[in-house]
Amino acid sequence: MDFTQNTKAIFKRELRSYFESPVAYVFLVVFLMMTAFLTFAVGRFYENGQADLRGFFFWHPWVFLILVPAAAMRLWAEERRAGTIELLLTMPVTLTQAILGKFLAAWAFLTIALALTFPVFLTTLYLGEPDIGVALAGYFGSVLLAGAYLSVGVLTSAMTRNQVISFVVSVVICLFLLLAGWPPVTDFLVRVAQDHGHLEWLVQGVASFSFMPHFDSIQRGVIALRDLAYYTSLIVFMLFATHLVLENRKAS
Amino acid sequence: MLEIKELHKQFGSLHAVKGISFTVEKGEVLGFLGPNGAGKSTTMRMITGFLPPTSGTAIINGHDVVADPIAAKKETGYLPENAPVYSDMTVRAFLSFVAEIRGYSGAERLRRVDAAIESAHLEKVRNQTVSTLSKGYKQRVCFAQAILHDPPILIMDEPTDGLDPNQKQVVRSMIREMASRKVIVVSTHILEEVEAICTRAIIISSGKLVANGTPAELKTRCACHGAVELVFDRASDAMASDLRLLSSASRVESRDNSFTLFPKDPGRLLADVTDLVRQRNWHPTGLRVIEGRLEDVFHDLTLGEETVRKAG
Repeated sequence: MDFTQNTKAIFKRELRSYFESPVAYVFLVVFLMMTAFLTFAVGRFYENGQADLRGFFFWHPWVFLILVPAAAMRLWAEERRAGTIELLLTMPVTLTQAILGKFLAAWAFLTIALALTFPVFLTTLYLGEPDIGVALAGYFGSVLLAGAYLSVGVLTSAMTRNQVISFVVSVVICLFLLLAGWPPVTDFLVRVAQDHGHLEWLVQGVASFSFMPHFDSIQRGVIALRDLAYYTSLIVFMLFATHLVLENRKAS
Repeated sequence: MLEIKELHKQFGSLHAVKGISFTVEKGEVLGFLGPNGAGKSTTMRMITGFLPPTSGTAIINGHDVVADPIAAKKETGYLPENAPVYSDMTVRAFLSFVAEIRGYSGAERLRRVDAAIESAHLEKVRNQTVSTLSKGYKQRVCFAQAILHDPPILIMDEPTDGLDPNQKQVVRSMIREMASRKVIVVSTHILEEVEAICTRAIIISSGKLVANGTPAELKTRCACHGAVELVFDRASDAMASDLRLLSSASRVESRDNSFTLFPKDPGRLLADVTDLVRQRNWHPTGLRVIEGRLEDVFHDLTLGEETVRKAG
């Protein structure tokens, strides 16, 4: 069967499966409430008096840290637990099609969640004159960030049949990938590195693997090739690793 | 046609499948027997492409499952152990998804789904969510997905496991209906099922194939095949010693008022016994020839005891 046909079929099934579970709706409500709370109350959106969404997007890396692993944990862990992985992988589909189909379905779900925050955008439109290009770039950057977190979650989900373990490991890895480039952490590490043999380059190097600098630069409205390349290669790497893990672990 | 060639599977240091080979032609229903842990499911998983073999391969209608897995999987229908199904979907939606993966679209897809629902007697539950179904129905849903694309090769791992006797009959009759048009491999623990639906059976023990033949042939491998049972109102010791003198009997067991003579030479045993009965003017109340039992053959072959008579 045509490559995209199978991927599409698996994509549709998985996306429908998200919405057939009450967990998805709980997830959406929690996500929307958290982002709204953080933007308006904690972020003091009205007090700032700026018609831009920086105070909205600012929180996404932290919200995603908890919610994206929660959306990802069931993707492969549940298949292995229920035994349906044996059904799926004895059909005429390649492992690649299955991995892609599921990943894209989860990414679509997260994109829908992001799209549902449009009231915040409408608020800024009503209250002022936001730079629409920057706002759209912001959403785009957020979608990419969600995809990056998701790819980590897909990998951890493939490594275990226990969803909770998948969630926890995924959060830990994402936290590391986030903090490695988070200014308070990098500033501290740079100072330490300077004191111990001018190793700032090492700190900067590790920081460049982090989500944070790449997310920030897109938030400023600049969609640079370097950042796109970062997200693409991270996602590809994680999905490739998922392929390896699944190939080696099908039976158990 | 299904050809299994020297399949081996090692999980680390555990050699689970040790060189299994066999062939199944269209019209045959092959029973796959063996104790738990013998390697039946592992072998089936290699045939269906779920597990890569450590060495060897399966050729499914000419397609090598290792070299060309997609083509091989297209020709295979598989009912895995425990009949897994996506439990959050309705029966119809699940079968529709399977039909889509199998390459059907539009009206053809609807037709195939309806046909599968009918064959598996799922009309009553077509719009029910799978998680709400009983075990028997879940098994039939998984069965439906296995036959949906009318595959020439059907592999079923314990298809009647956990079903009540009526449900077992339903599944067996479904298999019998399709038998002439397909190659079917059924793994089972239920020996009466082997006699009911299988044209041939193989026995696997500790990863090795230890028997391959029709149920009738396998039964002849039992030490008790062709044994003669004599029942009297009142047996005497004299009868016992006379019977023990028969050269065509390897051993005579006596219990209450009956004797069981195990054959050294089954062709002659019955004749010798009836001659003796006539000569001594005995009046037995019962005389019968015992057909071999699969249980005994299974037991002997899988526990390695040497009470099995060599074939031929």
